Amino acid sequence: MNNSYTTSGNSGPKVRSDCEVSLGLSDRGGIVIDLKSKVEALYGESIKKQCTEILNYFGIRDAFLRIDDSGALSFVIAARLESAIKKAADTELDYLPDLLEENKYSTSSGRFRFSRLYVPGNTPGMMINAGLHSADGIILDLEDSVGPEKKDEARILVRNALRQVNFNGAERMARINQGERGMKDLEVIVPQYVNLILIPKCEDAATVRNIENRISEIKANAGLNNPVYLMPIIETALGVEMSFEIARSAASVVAIAVGLEDLTADMGVPRTVEGKETFYARTRIVNAAKASGIQPIDSVFSDVGDMEALRQSVLSSKALGFEGMGCIHPRQIPVIRQGFAPGPEEIEKSKKIVLAFENAHSKGLGVVALGSKMIDPPVVARAQKIIDLAVRLGLLSGGWMNEIPAEMK
Amino acid sequence: MAIATVINAAGRSVPTEINGNPAIPFRGVGKHRPHGNKFGPPIPSCSDFPDDGNKVVATLEEALLRCGIRDGMTISTHHHLRDGDLISNRVFEIASVMGVKDLVWFPSASFPCNDPLIKYLEDGTINRIEGSMNGPLGKFVSEGKMKGTAVLRSHGGRVQAIQDGEVKIDIAVLVAPTTDSYGNARGTGGNSACGVLGYAKADSMYADKVIVVTDNLVDLPCFPMEIEGNYVDYVVVVDKIGIPEKIASGTTQITKSPDRLLIAELTAAFLEKSGILKDGVTMQAGAGGTSLAIAVFLHEILKGKGWKSKFGFGGSTKYMVEMLEQGQMGYILDAQAFDLDSVASIVKNANHIPYPVFNAYNYHSKGNLTSMMDIMILGATEVDLNFNGNVVTHSDGYLLHGIGGWQNCLHARNVLLPIPLFRDRIPVIVDEVTTLCGPGELIDVIITERGIAINPLRQDLIESVRDSGLPLKTIAELKDEAEKICGKPSKPEFEDDIVAAIKWVDGTVIDVVRKIKR
Repeated sequence: MNNSYTTSGNSGPKVRSDCEVSLGLSDRGGIVIDLKSKVEALYGESIKKQCTEILNYFGIRDAFLRIDDSGALSFVIAARLESAIKKAADTELDYLPDLLEENKYSTSSGRFRFSRLYVPGNTPGMMINAGLHSADGIILDLEDSVGPEKKDEARILVRNALRQVNFNGAERMARINQGERGMKDLEVIVPQYVNLILIPKCEDAATVRNIENRISEIKANAGLNNPVYLMPIIETALGVEMSFEIARSAASVVAIAVGLEDLTADMGVPRTVEGKETFYARTRIVNAAKASGIQPIDSVFSDVGDMEALRQSVLSSKALGFEGMGCIHPRQIPVIRQGFAPGPEEIEKSKKIVLAFENAHSKGLGVVALGSKMIDPPVVARAQKIIDLAVRLGLLSGGWMNEIPAEMK
Repeated sequence: MAIATVINAAGRSVPTEINGNPAIPFRGVGKHRPHGNKFGPPIPSCSDFPDDGNKVVATLEEALLRCGIRDGMTISTHHHLRDGDLISNRVFEIASVMGVKDLVWFPSASFPCNDPLIKYLEDGTINRIEGSMNGPLGKFVSEGKMKGTAVLRSHGGRVQAIQDGEVKIDIAVLVAPTTDSYGNARGTGGNSACGVLGYAKADSMYADKVIVVTDNLVDLPCFPMEIEGNYVDYVVVVDKIGIPEKIASGTTQITKSPDRLLIAELTAAFLEKSGILKDGVTMQAGAGGTSLAIAVFLHEILKGKGWKSKFGFGGSTKYMVEMLEQGQMGYILDAQAFDLDSVASIVKNANHIPYPVFNAYNYHSKGNLTSMMDIMILGATEVDLNFNGNVVTHSDGYLLHGIGGWQNCLHARNVLLPIPLFRDRIPVIVDEVTTLCGPGELIDVIITERGIAINPLRQDLIESVRDSGLPLKTIAELKDEAEKICGKPSKPEFEDDIVAAIKWVDGTVIDVVRKIKR
């Protein structure tokens, strides 16, 4: 009888939709399960059956299993048990819950990334409904939101979440760890139809290229050909200086983000709401992204209670040229989306410019004028971009031009 | 002992006798017609009461003795002091010391502060509770440990039962934040203000004996009085009737949960897009976190459109008071104040009017205030494919909540249930509710974070939001979605023993709760 137990997961009065499992391997007595569950009357039998199946899958016939369950869904229970098993015994096996058909979608490199919602990688309660809040992307975070001793179990949980949780069309993202641990994260995460990988504390182009190569190998091994994009996060002074190299380091880089909490720490200055201390860094990153034809994405706004301050922050971020922002609470999503979306005046002005261009074009005129003002081609291009954005966001009908009375054209 | 059961109009097997009294099975909504006269308490005489009107006696013990407390009596209390009530438990503590047995406790609701009463249920002081049972009390009853059978009624059903003589109150012990020595009492003033005393009105009028207990005795007249001194036998003054911070409970905080806020947003959007929300709308919402958020969202819409709600019916909260004070609500008619802001508002705002449940909810009266409401926001622990609702048991079969005003409120024009599709792992939408509390024909819309289901009986509502862009689903689709995420739950198992009867608003038995199989 082996008296050592391995444990995985979380329990406690504040824990919801999670469980803590403790596993002790044995050499006789069969599988004994001690289940304490909030939902025992409704799911007690099915939880025991599921756990027995998983233990058998790993070839375990004799063990004592204690489960302290706070209403965990089955993909969570499976992840927790698998983690406990992998701590107790060497195994090459993975217990993969079904991959939902509706989770096998790809995204495009140029899609909007206005709002991306961070979800801690070891907190299942926050994953289940993350897809309901219309974020452009959902980041399952394996890095800073997961304590060092929980990294391995979070990786398995995130894997299962990518297979079993429907994020309703949001771009499925994961933030991996730095270094070797990040490479291990990729092995597990990439085969799950993840759409985008965030690379934390990125300081050089080589790291990005390494990751891109590793992803290609993993995809090839798994026979997958869906695109997996990259979003390096600049979080150090060195990273800022290298941002242009990083932005154009690899074909799969579609955006670079800035992480101001770590950046200000690295610079040794306090982070302020106005953000003067990171003005250079942010403009530098915006410029590097624009020069490389990718999206610059701003940091998260950490005061989740102050929506007005968030609104102001989004407006100044947009004015600098950023095309999106991180969210740490679902309530921030609509504010960020509205902030980055073109306003009604912006749309009206752009419609006039595009119409003037169309008029000039149909008359064969080389010069576009709006009233007495000449309009340069870049201004037209910008207006067209805003119109496209408005149409894609549903703020403007795709056939807007045909809906305008002839005499107004 | 086998009790005869029959299948009622809702298809549920119910007994024809409860606690030795005949019981009428549910016959359908509006189908049972009462006969006879209202109940009348014994005629008192002024000659038995002091000429100077001073009815103060030294202690609660003395008052109970003078009321002739004895075995088998029914003792009523109200719940306006919510979880801060210090008196109801005291009554049974005294009775236990006196050796009185087999009392029936008839509260308008119970709270966690009443958990210590389990001791008196065990020692035989209390035979049964006819009222709501939460937490440990609910568990005690569900496990078949209570001697008598519990009877659960709605707030209006409780008034109906008193009025119709179905429950005869021997002694009503009514705590009152302010009283004069004659027994005129109100819910405001003093250190234990609770706002209104609406739930105690019927008790005061129909009980054989009435004791008012206060910690704030004022000179006659205590005005405005909700309890009239002419109904009162004795007044008892104690140091403290309640714990102020527990009188207005913590439930009146807007939810911070993003999922609940999403449900609240969808509810407000539904009310706006369906045209139910309009100038002059009448509404009622509870004090749960989601309801409060809905009130805030509705307030914003009313403000934006320049509309005004004619009146809101309380359970009042801070957010309703804000509507009143900022001009988006004409009146608050208030049966109970949920938080300290509403307690203060009753004193301060002339249009914030105490409005006893007695007038509002009783189905055996000449009209029903709730049927005049356009918007009714309610909750439920379970809803089934026929839109039937359960509010008293959880899916595991345990009694966990009282009915409150829920059944009475189902008579509103538009009944909306904003509820999560599942709680932890437990689906809220099920094949068949564990306990039937409200027939599906009265429940119109289920709003979850994953979609909105409209009762097919309400084709008008379905039509009104057809092109609204709202996430409309059938109730079966919602159920399937919940089961896909959570897995199909097993059913709890029950013994044959009936531990509680659920009354419908007209006093008929709509369902029962059976003992949990262990």
